[in-house]
Amino acid sequence: MSKMVEAEEAQMKKEDDDPRVLAISSSIRVVPNFPKPGIMFQDITTLLLEPKAFRDTVDLFVQRYKDKNISVVAGIEARGFIFGPPIALEIGAKFVPLRKPKKLPGEVISEAYDLEYGSDCLQMHVGAVEPGDVALVVDDLIATGGTLCAAINLLG
Amino acid sequence: MMTEAKEEVNNEKKQEQQVVDDPRLQAISSAIRVVPNFPKPGIMFQDITTLLLQPKAFKDTIDLFVERYKEKNISVVAGIEARGFIFGPPIALEIGAKFVPLRKPRKLPGEVISEEYVLEYGTDCLEMHVGAVEPGETALVVDDLIATGGTLCAAIKLLERVGAQVLECACVIELPELKGRERLNGKSLYILVESH
Repeated sequence: MSKMVEAEEAQMKKEDDDPRVLAISSSIRVVPNFPKPGIMFQDITTLLLEPKAFRDTVDLFVQRYKDKNISVVAGIEARGFIFGPPIALEIGAKFVPLRKPKKLPGEVISEAYDLEYGSDCLQMHVGAVEPGDVALVVDDLIATGGTLCAAINLLG
Repeated sequence: MMTEAKEEVNNEKKQEQQVVDDPRLQAISSAIRVVPNFPKPGIMFQDITTLLLQPKAFKDTIDLFVERYKEKNISVVAGIEARGFIFGPPIALEIGAKFVPLRKPRKLPGEVISEEYVLEYGTDCLEMHVGAVEPGETALVVDDLIATGGTLCAAIKLLERVGAQVLECACVIELPELKGRERLNGKSLYILVESH
């Protein structure tokens, strides 16, 4: 058990030291008071304007996941649609979009989650994912974890 | 002059024929699911999510676009929210271009420019970040499907307003009966699959 933890920590340290991470970090723009006063919004669109940094971002994920037998990459609308598909394509997995209500046509399953005020809902197509599939959930950012939790519940 | 023009037309026709004959297209076309009466009665919705469930067909879709665009000096791929975000970035990554998301109002943080367009009932609006695209850049616009061409037209206008040159619009699916092709400000359209 201890050896596994050591190996994980060693890998995480390697990733922290990866020189590509600095360029990625610097290309993310912080926009104050969006969408409302007091929130410092992490804007990844500036990362997408730098082809090498965007390429490195995807590569870092692909390196980590390519030999893990992942059959599904689930991306959370809409910025998860930017990072998820390139990863899915490179590791040979299906891409499954997880969407706000009423966007996906046909039969869906829904999972509600809490917002600061009120609640929202995430949906996935019935039949997109099969029992036994191994899944990765992708989004641009994790804040409170509400949407990611809903995503995990949909898949599980 | 006349002979040159004729040669160009013949070359274009040859290229179109090559695309039509490409064996990858059959699998791509069959992977798209039609969902009747969505989002409202009478509409046959072209659902690309089933294409995304087939890694080879999804890869082939991207490859077909990349093969067409990789040596065209495209510096910007603009993708229309949200399904354009699925196809645009993989293309941008492979051809070494920037990816610029074009979004519904109030989604993009910071300074944006807006272009209004007409819907069946009412209007909607497409936004792009100020500064994302610079004058003189060559752009490709990507979406999953062209119907009436309204959103693509708005996208072209946004890019032209900032001084970019739109080389072409690229979509997986066209609904030819809706004549969207004619609403693209004279820009050409490249599609993989027609749906009637």
